[in-house]
Amino acid sequence: MDELSELYQQVILDHNKDPRNFGILNDATHIAHGHNPLCGDKVDIYLKIQDGKIDDVRFNGSGCAISKASSSIMTTILKGKTIEEAKELFEKFHKAVTSDLDDNLDIIDLGKLAVFCGVREFPARIKCASLPWHTMMNALESKEVVTTTE
Amino acid sequence: MRHSIVIKDKKPIQEIKVIGFDVYKIREDFPILSTLVRGKPLIYLDNAATTHKPQIVIHNVSNFYATYNSNIHRGVHYLSEFATRKYEIARKTIRKFINAQYDEEIIFLRGATEAINLVAQTYGKKNFKEGDEIILTEMEHHSNIVPWQILAEEKNLKLRVLPIDDNGELIIDELQNLINSKTKLISVVHISNSLGTINPIEEIIRIAHSNNIPVLIDGAQSIQHLKIDVKKLDCEFFVFSGHKIYGPTGIGVLYGKKHLLESMPPYQGGGDMIKSVSFEKTIYNDLPYKFEAGTPNIVGAIGLAEAIKYFESVGIEYIMNYENQLLNYATEVLAEIKELKIIGTAKDKASVISFVLKDIHPHDIGTIVDMDGIAIRTGHHCTEPVMKHFGVPATSRASLCFYNTKEEIDQLANSLIKVIQMFS
Ligand SMILES: Cc1ncc(COP(=O)(O)O)c(C=O)c1O
Repeated sequence: MDELSELYQQVILDHNKDPRNFGILNDATHIAHGHNPLCGDKVDIYLKIQDGKIDDVRFNGSGCAISKASSSIMTTILKGKTIEEAKELFEKFHKAVTSDLDDNLDIIDLGKLAVFCGVREFPARIKCASLPWHTMMNALESKEVVTTTE
Repeated sequence: MRHSIVIKDKKPIQEIKVIGFDVYKIREDFPILSTLVRGKPLIYLDNAATTHKPQIVIHNVSNFYATYNSNIHRGVHYLSEFATRKYEIARKTIRKFINAQYDEEIIFLRGATEAINLVAQTYGKKNFKEGDEIILTEMEHHSNIVPWQILAEEKNLKLRVLPIDDNGELIIDELQNLINSKTKLISVVHISNSLGTINPIEEIIRIAHSNNIPVLIDGAQSIQHLKIDVKKLDCEFFVFSGHKIYGPTGIGVLYGKKHLLESMPPYQGGGDMIKSVSFEKTIYNDLPYKFEAGTPNIVGAIGLAEAIKYFESVGIEYIMNYENQLLNYATEVLAEIKELKIIGTAKDKASVISFVLKDIHPHDIGTIVDMDGIAIRTGHHCTEPVMKHFGVPATSRASLCFYNTKEEIDQLANSLIKVIQMFS
């Protein structure tokens, strides 16, 4: 696979076209807004947390294919996870997109997140992929602030 | 596939031909144009962000350090005198290039941004009072918005904004309505970096002057595309950056009418901007040194003058003619792509084409065409109000100049078709 198809894998194109869990969650308990001023990407993350578990999650906003797919895939992974698990997933994701190219990522089980490894080749796009995750972390901590990737 | 056939089958919409101008010969003057990017020949269509440097500029910059590096205005030794002379000759070159009357009306600064900040913090600070108004336009670069906002906050001024229409042209009829007795300055971009619109600054200056209002022209995007004559324009201030006219980064120019510059307080204090200093009283230096505190970008000024000499040797008439044909060609080729919409369709345009491609985000477009070695700019281009007007978060922008070719535009079109196919 060349670098480009590594970045725009079918899964990413599919989630971009048909984002899962897209929209507003009216009974959310935790909300955060994310913004990347560089490219104008905006994402809102809604979490419904009960007894330390993410019962439901949605995202809303506009952005490039990478950020939209990242939001969409994140929501599918997070549903049903505990807060602790969500934080661990954030760490994994962070590793997937920022590790040195020759780091051996096989030792961590990235699961669905593996599709974002291609982002490492495109430093300018890492922020696109990570905005929803950073925003989700802020939602968890219920920082009612705008997350920016700048 | 359908699209590429449309483009390939169609006879070239027009030949780009300017007698006496050979783009392939010109390209040999720019070393970077023969480099490979991601294994592909570089197709550089981001000239509104910054332009490349011809060999003669690169040579003169390195030659300064290799043969006469020294500080200026300070030494009696040979090198310092030589460097001082080169620096002052550079000022003259620029004075002639924009047809200013006096050498001392040319102030060397870091760029257009610093020049606007200087005018705001000296002229503005001295002359504007609470309640006064400044007129800007909806298509300004952030660098012609924020310095005025900072000043407005300090002094309780009001910023008024001349709107644009859906072609990206200023609604000039509104200007008179915005002007009143409190209007103290009109600061307007000559050519929009995100829309390509060439603004009717002659008319704006005429209207302003008939109301006794001074005008600042942001020439960051016009200095490299149009013939600039500040005497004829009669604007009070004109600013530009060297790196957008084939010169080095970190050097730019503030032109101001002499009597205004003389009346303005200094911007920064330090060496070179003084005549004498004691703890009781400091006497400021004359123009232009009053505004050039500290060791300036000596090699930058020399490099900029070389860039301007090179630009003039190619010939501004040839450049304008060729770039105009290139713009027409690119506009027609891109219009063939039915998913593509050009943002900025003013009648009078420079070779800057902003566009959106269906709902494909510009960031994705930029990354994908980059894999073909094509450099375009994506984002809001430091003109968020323009993006807001057109209801888009960002655009893709191809900005062309006289070393670009028809073939490069064809390649861009082909690459954009790939993008569409990928996202369909
Ligand atoms: C219209 C316009 N004004 C001002 C500037 C600022 O120029 P600089 O960043 O060189 O100071 C730019 C640069 O992009 C521009 O396009």
